Amino acid sequence: MSSQALSNPTLAVDVTDLTVAYHDRPVLWDIDLQVPTGVLLAIVGPNGAGKTTLVRTILGLIKPAAGQVNVLGAPYAAQRHLIGYVPQRNSVDWDFPTVALDVVLMGRYGHLGWIRRPGRSDRDLAMECLEKVGMAAFADRQISQLSGGQQQRVFLARALIQDAQLYFMDEPFAGVDAATEKAIIALLQELRSRGKTVIVVHHDLQTLKEYFDWTMLLNVRRVAVGPVDEVLTPENLERTYGGRAAFLAEGP
Amino acid sequence: MNLKGIDFDYTLRMPLYGVTIIGIVAGGLGTFALLRKQSLLGDTISHAALPGVVLAFMITGTKTPINLLIGAIIAGWVGTIIIGAIIRNTRIKEDAAMGVILSVFFGFGLILLTLVQKRWPDARQAGLHQFLFGSATNMLEQDVWVMMTLGSITLLTLALFWKEFKLLTFDPDFAKTIGLPIRSLDITLMTLIVIAIAIGLQTVGVVLMSAMLVAPAAAARQWTNRLPVMLLLSSSFGAISGIAGTLTSSQVSKLPTGPTITIFLTIFVLVSLGFAKERGLAWQWLRRRRNRRKIQISTALVTLLHLEDSHPADSQHPHSLQSLQASLYGDIPATMERLITSGFAVETSLQAWRLTSAGQTEARDTLQTMEEDLDDRLVH
Repeated sequence: MSSQALSNPTLAVDVTDLTVAYHDRPVLWDIDLQVPTGVLLAIVGPNGAGKTTLVRTILGLIKPAAGQVNVLGAPYAAQRHLIGYVPQRNSVDWDFPTVALDVVLMGRYGHLGWIRRPGRSDRDLAMECLEKVGMAAFADRQISQLSGGQQQRVFLARALIQDAQLYFMDEPFAGVDAATEKAIIALLQELRSRGKTVIVVHHDLQTLKEYFDWTMLLNVRRVAVGPVDEVLTPENLERTYGGRAAFLAEGP
Repeated sequence: MNLKGIDFDYTLRMPLYGVTIIGIVAGGLGTFALLRKQSLLGDTISHAALPGVVLAFMITGTKTPINLLIGAIIAGWVGTIIIGAIIRNTRIKEDAAMGVILSVFFGFGLILLTLVQKRWPDARQAGLHQFLFGSATNMLEQDVWVMMTLGSITLLTLALFWKEFKLLTFDPDFAKTIGLPIRSLDITLMTLIVIAIAIGLQTVGVVLMSAMLVAPAAAARQWTNRLPVMLLLSSSFGAISGIAGTLTSSQVSKLPTGPTITIFLTIFVLVSLGFAKERGLAWQWLRRRRNRRKIQISTALVTLLHLEDSHPADSQHPHSLQSLQASLYGDIPATMERLITSGFAVETSLQAWRLTSAGQTEARDTLQTMEEDLDDRLVH
């Protein structure tokens, strides 16, 4: 699989020898990850495996102890206008006094630059993005009055308006309702059809094959990366999840 | 000018202009302090400013407010920078770091104050001690101009970087990924808060200045779900409390300004916590009661329907209180009374009821809605 990755002119994500530590405890150890452009990649692994940490390190939110990260062929700082980010839903306080449309508009701030305020065209764009996630009717709703799934969709709309080449989503499926899950899947497929690369921190092995074409098995170290069919072997699962793997591998 | 016996001469007008500026600026910045969950910050900064005030007096030998103000800003700023450094470089959390800086700086300030009062016996008259509880007297026009200038700079900066500060407050991680320099923004916002506090110190006092920052914002949050509205409300509450407090303390001898203003702030907070729409305690209590009643009515309807369906031969059969007590909670006769008022049930004999045909339709509708709700949640 690495030959396939290397044959790609530009890698969406190119991580080499990455180590991240909190205080003295390593949470990611010597990670290599090459993701070609245009794939839907799920990062899976048990709790505490470092999935969120890996994404946050690629995004420059955490300083690695060692290693190199390039996105779309250059360091993150040079490429940030090409990258969209959906953080974990519970990483913010939803009791903030604002409405759904305003949160989506925050995705335009990077394009707007300093001081300039979002204008009419930005608003139209934000409405369009809310429409895509089925939330147009909630544009003026105070964000604390939205359900968890609706909040997740507002975050997705905020990433969409970033109009990125490469998206990172941290547990978008966590604790959402059926309608939101469908909306996310439709969105992922649309992004793929437009040639975008999407990297998703995911929890559910059962839906892996159905939703994603690539996967990374992670548990502090990288266990395997590649097309889902090649990577999802009982041995790899055993190495990622330990004893529970036999049971998990029984999935569809 | 004369209003109801209050003489609006120079010695009252200047303080009133002053507290209005303080109320607007502190109330506005307090909005961000509150939303960033840094309510303790106001207390910390105002206490940390004391050594700066006293040092400024010791160095310049004058009690000119602008000198003391600059001293307060520098000391308050140094305090917040040290807090930031402690949080980043040690395992000490924000609240502990603030507590340490507050007490260390304030203690140091009190020692300096004692020294000053020994060396300059007229320091009491020099107006230093009033920094503790605040005094609105002796404010000069030039002081008002200084406050106005600093306050305007503060609010203008806030307006200029409005969207950046908003994103920094709501989702700092996302702000960082789109390239906002969140460290610099954070320091800028802190500096604005330091200035907002410093310009109020002499009038409101070290001990209560934090109330001026947080109380109007906490009250304003109760009434609105929009950030700009919250800021305007907060500034208004701050200004009104400031004016009311200053007027009151000017009419009663030896009544310090700070505590009097705080009393009016407290009134705003209490009324807002109690009676604001949606977030107020009274409103929430009413809503809970309404929901409870709604649930009691739905379950009563459905229960009566089930009982009737289990007696198909005699669907007009009334159901006694005893048989309903098996599956219903709360004040059953009161619930039944509400059903009767709505025309959904009739009391056929003492404490025995049956559904009307309208009640049966309503009960079936309720049941269907419940089932659809459940379906929505389960469908995959």
